[in-house]
Amino acid sequence: MSTEWPSIHFTVNGSAVTVKPPPMKRLLDVLREDLHLTGTKEGCGEGECGSCSVRINGELVNSCLVPVVQAEGANVQTVEGLATDGKLNGLQQAFLDCGGAQCGICTPGMLMAAAQLLERNPQPDMNEIREGLAGNLCRCTGFMRIFESVLAAAAHADTTEAGHAR
Amino acid sequence: MSEKATTRIVGTPVPRKEGVDKLLGRARYVDDIEREGMWYGATVRSTIPRGLIRTIEYSRMIDWSKFAIVTAADIPGENCIQLIVADQPCLADGVVNHCDEAILLLAHPDKHKLREAVDAVRIEYEPLPPIFTIEESERQQQVVWGKDNLLKSFVLEKGNVDSVWEHAAHIVEGEYRTGAQEHLYIENNGIIAEWSADTGVTVWGSLQCPYYVHKALVKIFDLPVEKVRVVQTETGGAFGGKEDYPSTLASHAALLAMKSGHAVKMVYDRMEDLAATTKRHPSRTRHRTALDAAGKLLAMEIDLATDGGAYSTLSSTVLSRATLHAPGPYNCPNVRITAKAWATNTVPYGAFRGFGAPQTIFAMERHMDEIASALGMDSVELRRKNFLVQGDTTATEQPMREPLMMDKLLDRILSESDYCARRERFVRENPSSTVKRGLGIAAFYHGSGFTGSGERILDSLAGVDVTPDRKVRVLVSNTEFGQGTNTVLTQIAAEALSLDYDDIEMAAADTGAVPNSGPTVASRTVMVVGRLIERAGLQLLSMLREDAALGESYTRDEFFAACDRYRAARSEVRSLVRYEAPPGIYWDDRHYRGEAYPSYAWSIHAAQVAVDTVTFSAEVEEYWAVQEVGRVLNPVLATGQIEGGIAQGIGYALYEKVILQNGHMANNQMTNYIIPTAADVPPIHVYFEEIPYTYGGYGAKGIGELPHDGPAPAILNAIVNATGTSFNSIPLLPEDLYARYKNAEELATL
Repeated sequence: MSTEWPSIHFTVNGSAVTVKPPPMKRLLDVLREDLHLTGTKEGCGEGECGSCSVRINGELVNSCLVPVVQAEGANVQTVEGLATDGKLNGLQQAFLDCGGAQCGICTPGMLMAAAQLLERNPQPDMNEIREGLAGNLCRCTGFMRIFESVLAAAAHADTTEAGHAR
Repeated sequence: MSEKATTRIVGTPVPRKEGVDKLLGRARYVDDIEREGMWYGATVRSTIPRGLIRTIEYSRMIDWSKFAIVTAADIPGENCIQLIVADQPCLADGVVNHCDEAILLLAHPDKHKLREAVDAVRIEYEPLPPIFTIEESERQQQVVWGKDNLLKSFVLEKGNVDSVWEHAAHIVEGEYRTGAQEHLYIENNGIIAEWSADTGVTVWGSLQCPYYVHKALVKIFDLPVEKVRVVQTETGGAFGGKEDYPSTLASHAALLAMKSGHAVKMVYDRMEDLAATTKRHPSRTRHRTALDAAGKLLAMEIDLATDGGAYSTLSSTVLSRATLHAPGPYNCPNVRITAKAWATNTVPYGAFRGFGAPQTIFAMERHMDEIASALGMDSVELRRKNFLVQGDTTATEQPMREPLMMDKLLDRILSESDYCARRERFVRENPSSTVKRGLGIAAFYHGSGFTGSGERILDSLAGVDVTPDRKVRVLVSNTEFGQGTNTVLTQIAAEALSLDYDDIEMAAADTGAVPNSGPTVASRTVMVVGRLIERAGLQLLSMLREDAALGESYTRDEFFAACDRYRAARSEVRSLVRYEAPPGIYWDDRHYRGEAYPSYAWSIHAAQVAVDTVTFSAEVEEYWAVQEVGRVLNPVLATGQIEGGIAQGIGYALYEKVILQNGHMANNQMTNYIIPTAADVPPIHVYFEEIPYTYGGYGAKGIGELPHDGPAPAILNAIVNATGTSFNSIPLLPEDLYARYKNAEELATL
């Protein structure tokens, strides 16, 4: 006999989803277990490492600290929503070119933090990058290649936009 | 020949082989994998550091019929994790020797039922007196391991140290300590296991060394080797922390799989991983050094002690590497090193990037600055005067046959960091500022590959094969966990075979499919295994030329057509090669004499540190690292290795403190075990000098561990330079600085 929980509706990476987990189940677990979106990772379970970072209505959150009931009606974006048809977006390509990912476990969360940063501040300086990524721990890179990746993505987006403007 | 004048792919920054999967979020780590009918496992652990288990009670609040329960009595083979010395039980049987030691295992189909069940197992102990420090272990009032608490000891002698003291112009002594350090890979330890009477045990997991786990499972289950299979899954960081521990966790998961009849997943949460798995060995190093009037080293007497924890695990080999790196990159005619690893009632300490070397290099390089200060000499010139040069011998009397350029590395670091001008500026500015700045350096080497006869004993086998669908596969048991194994071994195979990077794949690190090319440790992958892949590629070309009419020069299509002909005649296209020691290698394990390592990477670091005398925080403001690592096979990956190692080293020096309370890690959370963040790391400048090493894969030497050796001494030397106060112990947190300066008068004189 299992409890019947109320439905929760929200969108993930643009697709509408309906789930019926216990309402206090962590959004992280709903994404990974109910929706099989395992790109979002758990590193600490207490909001310190940022590996589980996703965006809810454009806000960066630690999905390990969000009960799924809070996602009702929201737009949730995960790492799986960055690429189009399996083709890396500009930020992901910059991480590949600059060595921004090593073991890869912090990478999905780092990409979400970087995406949020660049959306709000398309040309961040080094201090802004450091601050924007300070909630996401990486133990492999020492962050230098990640900073470079974000700068490269910003520079590339700038050129692309300039191209469009012409 | 390894030293090719030009290469197409080796030496270029090709993108990470598995990079796209990681960036798309589709790389499959162990916790991303489900098996049909899978259950979940959990561990009941000791809550006391030492004692006898009297009773185990299962609370009636839980319906235990739904659980699989495993105790030591369920182990079909030996209750012992196979590593070097067979002293560590897989599950405690009647006695516990450290907090968080595994006693009993539980599995259930619903992972949310496990926590409550773990808490519902009540264990009563008869406590025994525990010991927690090197000093308590040395006193031997409580003997907690063997006859005397001594896990391992070495004595290394060169020349005649005792004859020197009497005539020395200077004798300088010092004592240096280092703390434990947690790897803090962002992916915790995790394993999935399956068991069947027919096929035996299969495990998938986050691990560095598939054949270590294989060896452990064979003994635990008393199975023939072909009935145990170990497969590495994508691994989210390791740093040595997944070298030996996965053997224990895989045994636990597999025992639960056997008992439950289901696949069982065990993935630790962060608190369990921090409390129960290995850390870097704490150490105490005492130096007594004799010099002549001009500052030339005459004798070094080094007394090293490490804390090994409750079981021997890797303490003997960590002690060995610590010993062999203790005298630093200096020429000294008389050396005595006495090294001892002591048992305590703490979780066994294990492998961590550098493997003992960061501990003794911290001591040596701090001591060099103390010597310079005692002699009134410039510490840069003291080092320069004593550097090893080609033709010198090390403390093990290993002749330095390869070219050696410490002098040049020193010049480079001084110019890149603008060393003299910065130090002069700080001398000018510090007196009028509450923030005191300093610049410090550290010089060191790191031996690549297994110590002494280690590589010969490993006897690694590796190679390549070619599949019918025209892919070349690299066949190794070496694993990718962020350092770039996949990428660099692919580059090497592509280079040797004159194919494209995309023509090469990595075979899965699966003991059922790949030969044993040794563990992925000791900075050996690119140098030792890379060389095997280079040789296997060249051997494959000879095979195809001899037996399948491949021309001297060929196109990609001609290569694969030749492979098809070879396969038609001989069923498979496979080229395996075995390790061959470089010529002239000699090692005497009894006297610790000879070629300790086939080659060494060399490096000098410089750190600029600001010490705030109001907040007592010490912050690294800028960092420089110059290194000679043989040929750099992928500049982006190599730079990433150096930067990442430096960030860990900064944490080791200034942030990361393991606090034990009655032997249990009290700060076992990311909230209170602090590592450097994006906001903490300084700009890091990385420079390579390249002297190709004849016997390394395309001229490479080891690189992975080297960068962790330098930051702690460079940073502490910078703090001493800034404050004029001797700090000889890490980690050095603001509260430690504060404790030192609680005397306000002393602070005012800074």
